[in-house]
Amino acid sequence: MAIVGVLFDGFAYGMLLFLLSMGLSVTLGMMNFVNLAHCAFAMLGGYVTVTLMNRLEWPFIATLPVAFVAAALASVLFERTLYRRLYRASDLDQVLLTIGITFMSVAAAAYVYGTVQQPVQLPSYLRGYVTIIGVNFSAYRLFLVGISLVITLVLVLALERTRYGAQVRAAVDNQRMARGLGIDVDGIFAVTFALGSGLAGLGGALAIDIVGLDPSFAFTFLIYVLIVVSVGGLGSIGGSFAAASLIGITDVAGKYYVPELGAFLIYLVMLAVLMWRPAGLFGRR
Amino acid sequence: MSTDTMALDARRHIARQIRWRPAEVIFWLATLLPFVLFPTHLVLASQIAITALFALSLDLILGYAGIVSLGHAAFFGLGAYTAGLLSKHGWGEPLSGLVLSALVAGIVGFAASLVIARFRHLALIMITLGMGLLLHEAANSASWLTGGVDGLQGVKMWQVLGQFRFDLYGYTAYSYALAVLFLSFLLVRRIVHSPFGLALRGIRENSVRMTAIGASARAHVRKVYTISAALAGVAGALLTQTTSTVSLETLGFQRSAEVLVMLVLGGAGRLYGGLVGAIIFMSARDQFSGITPLYWYFWIGTLLVAVVLFLPNGILGGLARLRWRRR
Repeated sequence: MAIVGVLFDGFAYGMLLFLLSMGLSVTLGMMNFVNLAHCAFAMLGGYVTVTLMNRLEWPFIATLPVAFVAAALASVLFERTLYRRLYRASDLDQVLLTIGITFMSVAAAAYVYGTVQQPVQLPSYLRGYVTIIGVNFSAYRLFLVGISLVITLVLVLALERTRYGAQVRAAVDNQRMARGLGIDVDGIFAVTFALGSGLAGLGGALAIDIVGLDPSFAFTFLIYVLIVVSVGGLGSIGGSFAAASLIGITDVAGKYYVPELGAFLIYLVMLAVLMWRPAGLFGRR
Repeated sequence: MSTDTMALDARRHIARQIRWRPAEVIFWLATLLPFVLFPTHLVLASQIAITALFALSLDLILGYAGIVSLGHAAFFGLGAYTAGLLSKHGWGEPLSGLVLSALVAGIVGFAASLVIARFRHLALIMITLGMGLLLHEAANSASWLTGGVDGLQGVKMWQVLGQFRFDLYGYTAYSYALAVLFLSFLLVRRIVHSPFGLALRGIRENSVRMTAIGASARAHVRKVYTISAALAGVAGALLTQTTSTVSLETLGFQRSAEVLVMLVLGGAGRLYGGLVGAIIFMSARDQFSGITPLYWYFWIGTLLVAVVLFLPNGILGGLARLRWRRR
């Protein structure tokens, strides 16, 4: 039954990656803006949770919405002041600006919190294991998968059923046409960007118990997130979901069965997918 | 205008570009100053020269052909490990080590270019990044060959040209690195001022149009990527030979990111951009990291944001604009 456990762990890890990468996928699809600082917002969410829990003794669950809001607000600030100047700039300029912001965030986090791993004490009902048909599932991973599935469902419904969702889809499909129809693409983008960063912040908070939190988070997870986004295809929730599950399961199963390969396997998967379909599994461009 | 006079114009344009300017001569004479002014800092000077060569190799693909690479350290590391392994297994002759390292990095670069030439934009960034990470991971796993995280031990270099021993003060190291840098620079200068270099700039500006007027963008990209990889390999080999160690860090993402920062700081698409960027970056790091090594990254980040917002063409681009305005 070990294989079920490994698959489940991989899927839970994939859900974490999905939360972290969703926002980047949509902003890339909509504005073609390469935001390498995305995981800096995720890291912010993580540190918000750690601070609230360890200094103010908030319960873990209560910190999650705050992590979401904090990351969303911070991202709006950056979007309004810095990012919007570069929407029409080259890839290189966008990459450099956002790598610069990531460098700054890493140093700032190290200044405030030091380079050590941040401890987090989960509430008792999230610790331990739940046994279902003879297989032990970690309670926390079940919780993580549950949250992610609910969020995915909400996102899909919001995109498919609401007016805002229709506008987002229009802007991703053809930005100029959407503008021509009178859709306020900049406004839609600002909201989407904030939501996406907020989700990353939430992901950062949820990630602490699984991968830990230290200042290098903004870089180590950036690579995973970029892999998910480019494998899944830009601007597609379904694509990100599939890619995140694929990468999560590959990574966990690879580390379990062939540990000597290390992270080799997911890089290979990414390169193979990109060679086969440069726009990603579900990308149209 | 008839085609004849146009061809003549193009030739004159190239001839005018290729003439040595006084500032260039002064720059290269100034590279000799460390021997007199900072004889205690020659080791740092040799590191700067090596990094400058690495930045120059990136400039060739990024600045001239417009290929954004986040994994150029792959070739630097390949060169470094090739030179290290050669010497560890009994062949410590530096010059042939350089040539072989260039060859290995160049061959791998050519193989990579077959893929690279097909992509642009995000897919390109991801593929270069992925290749860099893949190689780093491979070197990490193959610890029987590379020493893994501990680095390659037991590198022993022979004397350069059979005469000059690598000394503790970096006298030989700097002379050697500077000479290789200068020769490589001459080669790159020749390349970018040739019709081939002009075609590369055309590809950077609009690759579809270049293909439409009959220049095969992909063939040009393959060629320049191979040359750039070989040069990066030479830089890596130089680092191995002057420091007698190879660490896994030569292949790391950080090195790829740093060289990008240097190049952009100095000014991409300018011959001296990488050189000036490397000098400023490396000297600044030497100054600052002594005090607060961790916060060094905060200042790099600030610098990057500032360069993107206020100095779109780097320091050299900013200077050129100042001079142009004053006229």
